[in-house]
Amino acid sequence: MQFWLPTVFLVAIYRGQKSDAAMMRAIMLLALLVAPASCQREERDLTGSVPEKPAAGIEQSVLHPGDGNNPAPARSKYEETAFDVAEGKRLFQWFNCSGCHFNGGGGIGPALMDDKWFYGSSIENIVATIKEGRPNGMPSFKGLVPEKEVWQLAAYVRSVGGFVAKDVAPSRNDDLNAAPAENRAPTPSPFNGKGP
Amino acid sequence: MIWTRYIDRRSFVPLLFALLFNSPVPAQQSGSPTSAAQTDVGNWVMPAKDYASTRFSELDEINSGNASKLQVAFTFSMGINRGQESAPIVVGNSLFVVTPYPNILYALDLTKPGAPVKWKYEPKTEASAQGVACCDTVNRGPVSGDGRIYFNTLDGHTIAVDAETGQEIWNVKLGDINIGETMTMAPLFAKGKVYVGNSGGEFGVRGWLQALDATSGKTLWKAWSTGPDKDVLIGPEFRPFYSMDQGQDLGVTSWPPDAWQHGGGNVWGWISYDPEFNAIYYGTGNPGPWNPDARPGDNKWTAGIFARDADTGAARWFYQWSPHDLYDHDGVNEQILLDLNWQGKPRKVLVRAERNGYVYVMDRITGEVLSATPFAAVNSSTAVDLKTGRLQMSPDKEPETGKVVRDICPAAPGAKDWNPTAYSPKTGYLYIPHNNLCMDFEGIEPNYIAGTPFVGANVAMKAGPGDGHRGEYTAWDISAGKEVWTINERFPVWSGTLATAGNVVFYGNMEGWFKALDAQTGELLWQYKTGSGIIGQPTTYRGPDGHQYVAILSGVGGWAGVVVANELDTRDRTAALGFVGAMQDLPTATTKGGMLYVFRLP
Ligand code: HEC
Repeated sequence: MQFWLPTVFLVAIYRGQKSDAAMMRAIMLLALLVAPASCQREERDLTGSVPEKPAAGIEQSVLHPGDGNNPAPARSKYEETAFDVAEGKRLFQWFNCSGCHFNGGGGIGPALMDDKWFYGSSIENIVATIKEGRPNGMPSFKGLVPEKEVWQLAAYVRSVGGFVAKDVAPSRNDDLNAAPAENRAPTPSPFNGKGP
Repeated sequence: MIWTRYIDRRSFVPLLFALLFNSPVPAQQSGSPTSAAQTDVGNWVMPAKDYASTRFSELDEINSGNASKLQVAFTFSMGINRGQESAPIVVGNSLFVVTPYPNILYALDLTKPGAPVKWKYEPKTEASAQGVACCDTVNRGPVSGDGRIYFNTLDGHTIAVDAETGQEIWNVKLGDINIGETMTMAPLFAKGKVYVGNSGGEFGVRGWLQALDATSGKTLWKAWSTGPDKDVLIGPEFRPFYSMDQGQDLGVTSWPPDAWQHGGGNVWGWISYDPEFNAIYYGTGNPGPWNPDARPGDNKWTAGIFARDADTGAARWFYQWSPHDLYDHDGVNEQILLDLNWQGKPRKVLVRAERNGYVYVMDRITGEVLSATPFAAVNSSTAVDLKTGRLQMSPDKEPETGKVVRDICPAAPGAKDWNPTAYSPKTGYLYIPHNNLCMDFEGIEPNYIAGTPFVGANVAMKAGPGDGHRGEYTAWDISAGKEVWTINERFPVWSGTLATAGNVVFYGNMEGWFKALDAQTGELLWQYKTGSGIIGQPTTYRGPDGHQYVAILSGVGGWAGVVVANELDTRDRTAALGFVGAMQDLPTATTKGGMLYVFRLP
């Protein structure tokens, strides 16, 4: 939407002009108008604020004796902004997550790009995995990774799993490129009651 | 003769057999295993069979004439479906075998039909250790000595158990999983000592070897693989052959400041022992991180071999296979100690099929390289300069940060990884189970965080030259320095092998076939499809009934097979340090397993 407005404006200007110089002016004007407009793709939180803790706590089981209700996990703003997901991708390498999970296919740790989740695929579950660790070898990053970055990491892990919108998930890498880009991950079908 | 300790009335028959077959080694074409080769014919007391690491058995009831009739004698479920790299060992009437994590040790009673469990020892191995095992949660076997069984656990313990009762005798913690340190190797027992080393080359763990007192587990000495000379036990006795390995504190000065502290050089492979010179020989692992830009210099004493005094640990010589290793080419493979007639002169040598792709023949007294000949496709280096001892690298295959270098051969697991060769004095051949793999390699900036991987590389492997086959099994004429025959396998040959006086060699492939070949010609004599891919080490022994048996573990995994063992996603070709790139079709060829198979003639 933001893109169309200046374009229409430019076409209007160009129609009224005759010379090449005027056309150059018009193109530069277009560039000036389009550049800031395209940056407005999403809101970026510059306050450094940390998300509120999930209210209900994190569940590791779909069994609810005497009840059977599975509350739907909430979406987080971190998985709705390309910036946070991209930051998560950078941190995924910086904190050596990639040393155990590689580009999503797994190694020491399990694959994160497949549709099997031992400990739940909701962002809260993933945040808990990163902070608390898991018993069969996932280290606890509590204390090492700041809270906000944990959420960015978790948002990125969600994108590896295909849970994040295609225009938010990172696209093709500039390097070895031996794994499909996150924004090409197939959207997983609801699995184990723990779909997107 | 260790096994005589176990003689009772029931082992009268084996005794008879031993007397019959314990004849001196027959005339050899090439060379004989040194005195380091032991004489207890019917047993298989250590994964390498003997101190010389020949993996050659004098047993010949099963031979090239009758091997086609082999059939299953008994099986035993390991109860753990991860990579089974362990060697089943046999002492007297018991077979001992250890599982991958959680490293349960079993003794099976060979005197009873079906070999039922005699005892079970369960070390409560820390579950978190699984998170710091680079390449599947494997264990390479137990070893016996002085009536005890010794083995390592993934969480860094060495344990001694009474061979008869399964009671724990001692249990010492030597490694710290919180810095990424694990233990996967099979210890060596010699002269009342147990030699053990650590793993962790992908976590920036500083490598070491320790000698423990076999009765108490007390550390007698510890030799680091990097750092100042005093840590490395380098003193006045140290006489490396080549000038590149001479100088003071090279374990510090051949690194950027302090980088040696996270420099790897782990001792997770094989140790040989030469009683004549009272020396042990073993290799050191890759330097950390993989990305070589982070560690200019030769990175001593990684990716090389030490000869040490077996009693004091003092270094006698060192030789570096891959100075400033560029490709994760650990130098930990097995060395076979032979007395060889080399170009007209008798020489005491050691023979190694090395990860960088060369078969080395070295003088084991001086550390001189007598020859180094490629046994697989190599383009990362051109030759070993025999004057300087230095591997000559190919500049166009040198990795760089931020650059993808394509088609480097051999790949990171090398032309041959940990899985040991065997030597037959009857044929004079070295039997080499190995890889045919190349890789694309991109250096990325590493970040050292204790307890997380310290690699700094994106890797994707692929099949080496040819029709897409990724494994080979080669008979190699040591004296002539050339291949005699090679069998291609679809997947890397990640199993060990053994040779026998019956002119048979055994190995397994990752599809699950266990094979017997004619040792001379390579002709396939027999094969049996086990339940899962094979990456274990075959052994052979004479049972209490006087007959010869062959044992192998089936259960895919290890670095090559972790794609199946840990259910990785093949769409990511960089998964498992890039091995998944070359193993796209393994999940369609085999499934997880964990089973001991033992075969005999009808
Ligand atoms: C040292 C190796 C290692 C590192 C580093 C590591 N992980 Fe893990 N991770 C594991 C292992 C092993 C498991 C499986 C744990 C288990 O089953 O108990 C795991 C599990 C997970 C899971 C749960 C998967 C599921 O199926 O539920 C997520 C999510 C995850 N890791 C994300 C991360 C992130 C993000 C980082 C970096 C901050 C990271 N890991 C760093 C080894 C590692």
